[in-house]
Amino acid sequence: MTFDARLLLLSPDDNCLIAATTLDAGVPLEIDGETVVLPVTVALGHKVARRALAAGDKVLRYGAPIGHVTRAVAKGEHLHTHNLESDYLPTYTLDAGHAFVEHDD
Amino acid sequence: MNEHHTDSAPLLGYARSDGRKGIRNVVAVAYLVECAHHVAREIVTQFTPRLTDADFEGDASADADAVFEAVNAHDAPPDVHLIGFPGCYPNAYAQKMLARIATHPNVGAVLFVSLGCESMNKQHLVDVVRESGRPVEVLTIQETGGTRSTIARGADWVRRTRRELARMRPVPMRFDELIVGTVCGGSDSTSGITANPAVGRAFDAMIAGGASCVFEETGELVGCEYHMKARAARPELGDAIVACVEKAARYYTVMGHGSFAVGNADGGLTTQEEKSLGAYAKSGASPIVGIVKPGDIPPAGGLYLLDVVPDGEPRFGFPNISDNAEIGELIACGCHVILFTTGRGSVVGSAISPVVKICANPATYRNLAGDMDVDAGRILEGRASLDEVGREIFDATRAVGRGERSKSEMLGHQEFILTYKAFEPIGPGCLPIVPAAVTPTRVDA
Repeated sequence: MTFDARLLLLSPDDNCLIAATTLDAGVPLEIDGETVVLPVTVALGHKVARRALAAGDKVLRYGAPIGHVTRAVAKGEHLHTHNLESDYLPTYTLDAGHAFVEHDD
Repeated sequence: MNEHHTDSAPLLGYARSDGRKGIRNVVAVAYLVECAHHVAREIVTQFTPRLTDADFEGDASADADAVFEAVNAHDAPPDVHLIGFPGCYPNAYAQKMLARIATHPNVGAVLFVSLGCESMNKQHLVDVVRESGRPVEVLTIQETGGTRSTIARGADWVRRTRRELARMRPVPMRFDELIVGTVCGGSDSTSGITANPAVGRAFDAMIAGGASCVFEETGELVGCEYHMKARAARPELGDAIVACVEKAARYYTVMGHGSFAVGNADGGLTTQEEKSLGAYAKSGASPIVGIVKPGDIPPAGGLYLLDVVPDGEPRFGFPNISDNAEIGELIACGCHVILFTTGRGSVVGSAISPVVKICANPATYRNLAGDMDVDAGRILEGRASLDEVGREIFDATRAVGRGERSKSEMLGHQEFILTYKAFEPIGPGCLPIVPAAVTPTRVDA
């Protein structure tokens, strides 16, 4: 396994990687020996998929599940509220109108 | 400290009649209902250094030196801190919290400020503090001639009591007499990879030295329950841990909202369980020896889980409405110092026990350096290892335990919040068995 130094693998079994710095869209990254070009900017601390995931797959971080993906996710894609959902409780964020929005798509 | 015999002591503390020692000697002024808040605050303000415009000239990181002239709390007159409870209706939890905090080892004396018609049992509070041997006074505004005369009498009492406390000198204190709490606030995705695991390393080192360490927020441990069960020192404790996380999950489901805040998602955290795992890293790798509830004092060294979620049907809303509610509960459990990790950049401190701020995110540290005690984000930039930052947190805790003021103390942060809650006593098997000689002070309320 080799990774770009700007990505952190927290546990060997994880299928997500953590950005150790903000990575701009278009940046080529090495993930498990393969080069992936980032489709969008990924901020410090955000996650990208280590491998392609199918809808319903669990996402592992620290070797433990942090929820499931709600749609197919490509290798290197940003993993966040638009495609990853809790197995316990809904996540709320603010939309442009500053109202609570439930992400259940 | 000038005394030679204290130079080599790990920590310095004020000896209390219950055998505990405090790393500060605070005069607490407690309002017993919101109606007495202003009067209590006006008394405290007379003894509180204020930030002035002049303090903000120059670079941000130098600001922290401005509020207090003495960097070491033992070289300064005792601090005067404001605490209190806003509710008019009786609540056993609030009564117990105030009793515990009023007799916390960091507290040297207490002034209670009452309006006169609230439900808080002030005679019980006065009795508990008096029995502990501390100076105590209660002023009832309705019987003291109103706002002006109560402020004048309260300030006079604080002035005299402060002079009395200033004559006390700290004595050597060991690590096995220290209780440390940890909390995270304003978390982002860096919290769980830098500051939190570094606090875990520091916790492991302190526990090896005999200290009690407390981690908390069972609602933020949803998803970690079976891992915690495997770390429990006794099988019945493991079952109790799972039960208390299940209680938290039920409670938050009724509330319709976990502990996940909007800023968490901006910082890259996506789900409750992801946030939980990052928060859980603060607990380190030591065995879990007990569960405590707010106001229960760990009876022996080791790692404790603080169960902060109320028992019974959800009644009073969210378990803890903000980070300072959790800090207040850690203090009621006897914590002398609070290790506060933050990614987004919380600036809070606390009344009674110093808060040490550990910044997880290197960008946040650069932005808020004047508020942060430890720069754990160096780990992300390859400038320090987890072990090095863990050691730095240990050293910072020791320094604060010898009287050095933390950044939030220096800046005058003394936040405090206490709200309504309801708890049953902890269940059988939750505490380690210890010899009777070291059991804590009696349980009130």
